Amino acid sequence: MPINGLPRAAAPAPPSHPTEAHGIRMPRRPASLTVEVRRTAAREDPAVPPTFPFSAIVGQDEMRRALLIAAVDPSVGGVLVFGDRGTGKSTAIRGLAALLPPMAAVAGCPYACDPGEPAGLCPHCSGRSGARKAQAIPVPVVDLPLGATEDRVVGALDLERALTRGEKAFEPGLLARANRGFLYIDEVNLLDDHLVDLLLDVAASGVNTVEREGLSIRHPARFVLVGSGNPEEGELRPQLLDRFGLAVEVTTPTDLPTRIDVVRRRDAYERDPAGFCAAYAKADRSIRKTLAAARARLPALTVPDATLEAAARLCLALGTDGLRGELTLMRTARALAAYEGAETVSLDHLARIAPSALRHRLRRNPLDESGSTARVARAVEDVLAR
Amino acid sequence: MSTAWTLALRAARLAAADPHGCGGVVVRAGAGPVRDLWLDHLRGHLAAGRRLLRMPPGIADDRLLGGLDLAATLSAGRPITQAGLLAEADGGFFVVPMAERLTPGLAARLASALDTSLIRVARDGLAASVPARIGLILLDEGIGDEERVPDALADRLAFHLDLTGIRWRETDPVSAAPVPGGSPSDRPSTTAVADLCNAADRLGIASLRAPLLALRVARRVALCDGEAALSEEHVHEAARLVLAPRATRLPPEADDRAEAPSAAPPQDSPEGSSPETEDTMASGVESVVEAARAAIPAGLLAQLTAAACRVPAAKAGKAGAPVSATRGGRPAGTRPGHPREGRLALIETLRAAAPWQRLRAQAGPGGPGIRVQASDFRITRFRQRRETTTIFAVDASGSAALERLAEAKGAIELLLAEAYIRRDKVALVSFRGSGAEILLPPTRALARARRGLGALPGGGGTPLASGLDAAADLARSVGRGGGSAVVVVLTDGRANVARSGAPGRAQAGADALHAARLIRAADIRTILIDTAARPQDPARRLAEAMGARYLPLPYADATVLSSAIRSAR
Repeated sequence: MPINGLPRAAAPAPPSHPTEAHGIRMPRRPASLTVEVRRTAAREDPAVPPTFPFSAIVGQDEMRRALLIAAVDPSVGGVLVFGDRGTGKSTAIRGLAALLPPMAAVAGCPYACDPGEPAGLCPHCSGRSGARKAQAIPVPVVDLPLGATEDRVVGALDLERALTRGEKAFEPGLLARANRGFLYIDEVNLLDDHLVDLLLDVAASGVNTVEREGLSIRHPARFVLVGSGNPEEGELRPQLLDRFGLAVEVTTPTDLPTRIDVVRRRDAYERDPAGFCAAYAKADRSIRKTLAAARARLPALTVPDATLEAAARLCLALGTDGLRGELTLMRTARALAAYEGAETVSLDHLARIAPSALRHRLRRNPLDESGSTARVARAVEDVLAR
Repeated sequence: MSTAWTLALRAARLAAADPHGCGGVVVRAGAGPVRDLWLDHLRGHLAAGRRLLRMPPGIADDRLLGGLDLAATLSAGRPITQAGLLAEADGGFFVVPMAERLTPGLAARLASALDTSLIRVARDGLAASVPARIGLILLDEGIGDEERVPDALADRLAFHLDLTGIRWRETDPVSAAPVPGGSPSDRPSTTAVADLCNAADRLGIASLRAPLLALRVARRVALCDGEAALSEEHVHEAARLVLAPRATRLPPEADDRAEAPSAAPPQDSPEGSSPETEDTMASGVESVVEAARAAIPAGLLAQLTAAACRVPAAKAGKAGAPVSATRGGRPAGTRPGHPREGRLALIETLRAAAPWQRLRAQAGPGGPGIRVQASDFRITRFRQRRETTTIFAVDASGSAALERLAEAKGAIELLLAEAYIRRDKVALVSFRGSGAEILLPPTRALARARRGLGALPGGGGTPLASGLDAAADLARSVGRGGGSAVVVVLTDGRANVARSGAPGRAQAGADALHAARLIRAADIRTILIDTAARPQDPARRLAEAMGARYLPLPYADATVLSSAIRSAR
């Protein structure tokens, strides 16, 4: 049966078209080839010890706040964590995964679609008629390993099935698994350029388009990018920098009691992971509860005009490019207010979140010796003088 | 046997008992019998079933992490994957030769294996996580301070050994027996944690991994000695082995110790349930610091003192910033693409086509041979080093000529020789009297450069602003040509001729500062060498204004001057 020799359709068909439902377009669809999408659940990680509890992380308030904000409102657009070695960047992000409340997803859908929403782009759900069964699944947190190749990131034809059974099946990649969840890139500054371009494109559109090996598939891929890295090992391209909603800098704690505390907890965790996690289970549960409440409160929370105006003035004073800064500032301040259970989004919320939301959007001014964090702090003081 | 060798053997014993837990060992030594002997000791200590696996230099991802096995896939007609070397080393040690030359990407892959105990593979249609509980042996053959194992990796390994000073007759033959493994005692040890953290702080160790690794090693020591509880001795040994080699400063001397405990902030954090009183804690810390201090060899003490006043080496201008290129340079992996965008990578293209052969043969008519389609094409990515041009801006005015012009000339000659070896270009700008002139445009011609330098006349006023402007112009033109420039300014910073050529200190100083700020604004990497007999404020201010590394050189001879510039690069 011809697989690769097929002519491709010239233009992409609208996704709602019933005969194109699976997104694989073949002008002469051979009868023996079934088109199907498979989930790679069988190849999950082997048993690993429980992750270090999020609530047991000492200090690093800014990083923890940023991650929680992204969890409350995924539309803030990702978190970038830059800092020294051994400051718990990876620990915090893996800890957040264990913390997130489970979400409802269409049973069997490899893209974990929301049953409450129209099927939209999903090649799996849009083909099925009638009610879709929902199941609770943990929010996906997908690691993008170093050295990953493009075919595993975007998805590709399932080779084994194609060869052994002659079936043309799409094997979803990491982007599919990250839909509605988090995509975590450790050492983001070491990623290959062509993978960065690809990720940028998908992150911007929320849709992953696969055009390879005779496949032509579009599927939803809306995820929160979480990147971590060490700036000493390479600069990040400004286009990628701008894509992250929040940027935080972490440093090794310098005061002795905190340092002792960190080592002591880490040591306790390593000697008895299960017992240590149990000791912090209650604190983790309380954060999870707060998160759920914040998500419920978020849609009703309005941003007062005074806060909006202050956000605009702040961005003007700092000369950030475009409207992305103001939007992120507004959204993150609202998410922070929701997390803290506040009635309204106040100037205080704005002032506290401004450094994380704006520091990576500033034009570099070579004549200004102070770093961007100090410049944001100065602008906050000037603009939000209360 | 020397103490260094005893310590190295002890480290081998402890590391072999728990390769993954301790992270591994950085071994700084040239290739030779001493290093081989130490590795034999390590191998002897390893329990059965664990092994030392050596990484071939220049390994590709498909062999390191795992991927498609080209030969097997072609013969079987279906994709066959192979495990990577890291996964094969599971439970034992992964030996990295020439670790000082590791690329950041490779170092990050190794670090991630250490952190997660797993190899996550997402390559060539293979998606899997395989256990890789490895320890690393980084064989560091670097010479001098510049060549070092990547910090990110060294930080994760408990033991840092230096075998360079050990002679063959100080060693002893292998008599090692496997060290029993087992899990260390579970007894909580609040004082040990506090003492080790405190000691690390005194020794100027910033990373938090160091005390954590020291704690693990202390437990391992207790286990090796057959004791269940952690005693002071064990903590001391851990401090000697783990903390001492990482020290960046000397612990304060005896007179400072009296106030040290009170300077430590009170233990009032929620987890700080330390039952010990201030006194006992302080004495515990002191003994740990002493133990570590005793393990720091005398030579290292002098080195540390020197390091304290040395500025950390900047990476600027070392060999030119690498840029991606499609045609020239060193190959750096492949990517999908059409041969018209770059050079075809034949093997990778075959690898991509291999799994499809049976299907394609069924699909349609065609002759014998491998069927390759457009989607299989892989092209090679290249990286190219940018050419570095070192621009010397030399103050040849009367005041400078009087003081150090001859020495500066000597240093530049040494640098010229180095630049020649690295195929870098050099340029020479001199300023004296009423203006600046480019004595030597960027060139590789060593003899010509030397001639220009020898003929460099001295005397007259100091038109610093004009000199800086000329150097900056030259640097910008180098940048436009695709190279990267480093400006080395040799001056005493005392300007007395303004841009206009008119004399007058005030205006000349203001002009010089303005020129310096322009250099900073243009983001030109600069190094300022203060040639005044006594380091003075004007030069320092100038260096700050242009964002330059500042190197005062009181009474330095040409060799010292040259090595200072080298360390700055």
